[in-house]
Amino acid sequence: MLLKELSEARGVSGNEEKVREIIREHIKPYVNEISVDSMGNLIALKKGDGSLPIKVMLAAHMDEIGLMITHIDEKGYLYFRPVGGIDERILPGKRVLVGDKAIPGVIGLKPIHLLKEEERTQIVPAERLAIDIGAGDKGSAEKVVNIGDYATFDVAFQELGSRRVKGKAFDDRAGCAVLAELVKEQYPFDLYAVFTVQEEVGLRGAKVAAYAIEPDVAFSIEGTVADDLPKEKDVSPTTRLGHGPAITLMDRSFVAFHPLVRLLVEAAEAEGIPYQFKQPLVGGTDSGAIHLTKKGVPSATVAVPCRYIHSPVSILSLDDFENTIRLMKAALKRLRPEHLKIE
Amino acid sequence: MDRGGIMGTFEILKKLSEAPGVSGSEEGVSKIIAEEFKKYTDEVRVDALGNVIGLKKGTDPSPRRLMIAAHMDEIGFMVSEIEKGFIRFTTVGGVDERILPGQEVIVHGLRPLPGVIAAKPPHLLPPEERKKVTSRDQLFVDVGLPEEEVSSLVKVGDFISFQAKCIKLQGDMASGKAFDDRASVAALIYCLELLSQMKHRWDVYAVATSQEEMGLRGAVVSAYGIAPDLAIAIDVGFGDSPGLSEAETIKVGKGPAIAIGPNFHPLLREALIKTAKELEIPYQIEAIPGPSGTDAWAIQVSREGVPTALLSIPLRYMHTPVETLSIKDIERTGLLLANFISRLEKFPPE
Repeated sequence: MLLKELSEARGVSGNEEKVREIIREHIKPYVNEISVDSMGNLIALKKGDGSLPIKVMLAAHMDEIGLMITHIDEKGYLYFRPVGGIDERILPGKRVLVGDKAIPGVIGLKPIHLLKEEERTQIVPAERLAIDIGAGDKGSAEKVVNIGDYATFDVAFQELGSRRVKGKAFDDRAGCAVLAELVKEQYPFDLYAVFTVQEEVGLRGAKVAAYAIEPDVAFSIEGTVADDLPKEKDVSPTTRLGHGPAITLMDRSFVAFHPLVRLLVEAAEAEGIPYQFKQPLVGGTDSGAIHLTKKGVPSATVAVPCRYIHSPVSILSLDDFENTIRLMKAALKRLRPEHLKIE
Repeated sequence: MDRGGIMGTFEILKKLSEAPGVSGSEEGVSKIIAEEFKKYTDEVRVDALGNVIGLKKGTDPSPRRLMIAAHMDEIGFMVSEIEKGFIRFTTVGGVDERILPGQEVIVHGLRPLPGVIAAKPPHLLPPEERKKVTSRDQLFVDVGLPEEEVSSLVKVGDFISFQAKCIKLQGDMASGKAFDDRASVAALIYCLELLSQMKHRWDVYAVATSQEEMGLRGAVVSAYGIAPDLAIAIDVGFGDSPGLSEAETIKVGKGPAIAIGPNFHPLLREALIKTAKELEIPYQIEAIPGPSGTDAWAIQVSREGVPTALLSIPLRYMHTPVETLSIKDIERTGLLLANFISRLEKFPPE
């Protein structure tokens, strides 16, 4: 399963190469041109039959959050800084893989027995945590790890039953897997499938890719927050697992282009595909960069709901995943010039 | 210490570490231990609290009894409530709440269900909440399944254990869950294996104790049942690691620590040191001025009192799923124990 392969591949922002190679191999038979730009974005062109002379850009980001090694101390412990929005609470007590050689290590912390009372309720800031690879001293550590090496969480993909799966980096390897399916179809327009880099550090890959492509319309495909845990207060969840792809109306990075939202809803209803709206003003995606490109690009975002994104293990529903593919296919099939204009 | 064709210490440790066995429900790991004990002892039994006791008979016509004990239970959780398909839990033993969000676990329901301790994503946290440890009433275990399925598979009272691979790090270092105290169980097994090639006068009772993390309960009843003349507990000690001073710790990779303090019999301690010195087995001294928090604490006051000692295997990040240690320290502990036992004649020595 491509989703499994992509979830287990390691590619923190700025180091997306392994993910890129998997995707490139996978989509090669289905597209007309493939290129990699100076930042590492993988851009695939699938030519249309010319009946709808527009350029449609689909974006999903390849990068994942992770850690970067910044210092190796005399005892061989590796100190690090987070890459992307990492929740400090989830770092201690985790296994990681460091550098291209995937050296195993663990993030330990002072045992509970030796804590002062006040320490028990305070999280340990990331800068005070260290990765232990069992090196014993600086020299041995430096034989296998360099400053600047990336570290990823060591998490296996697993099926949980009832079409639910767990794994790391579903944000946004789920989107990449959706996109890799979408390029298999034939469309009337030129389709640019863009697997972007550096989304997690500021939507940077999408910015330059959109500039180069100059799309007439763009869709970002994401793995987005599903926070449907029971809550004390009655707060609507951002999205719900198992309730279909999430269509963004407005998040922190952009306001979705209304005619495209309408297109998505019509497509879903016409083909009986479940969908939900993502609660407004949570998160941001590549659309934030794309819609501001040059004179502006009509843009929308569709996402696979994922629980616990930005933590080592997330959970998604394969039904949602497949319905995201169906919804995008249905919408792209119905895309007309009028969807690119505000009435 | 060439172990020839015998399963290596890491493989034994991995098997023990990855097995589930939260205090009060040690069956997952106790089966494995009983199998190992059977290879090297004359009889193996399991008592009313689940302690696994292997007896290896000595050569004396009326042998005295030595108890060597390490606990097999691990800290974990128990299902306390199921809410809309999400599982609320309580802790079993001294779980560090700082490490819970994002951990993988197994819920021991009608079938073992892999799950995740649910952490609300950072996007949705108010800044003040980001610096604080998330309290347990805000956490859930998510097994990813629809509500109806969770209700039919899981019930209140089911145990939940950490799910963590036991992995090799650089050199002879390894990391995993429940090394506290299955690293010491691995040392016990290694000791028995070595003893099977050695002569010893005393009867040796090797005990994998239950419920240590709940208050040394397995040790209380197993010590009573065996009524040993002498006892050595093996547990893990705080290994040197970032954030801890040398005064608080023993050194990982420098051999077992032999403990000094009110919990330990001075002559037994001296006899262990003497053996270590003669065989040039690296060891350290650990000063424990009060309760040791180990099975030794319970065994010492069993019946009319038992001369007791403690060997500690240095361990980093205790009570997390990434406990880290040196495999050599486990082997040195087994080696020291086996040689001590083979030399053991009278106690107190003349």
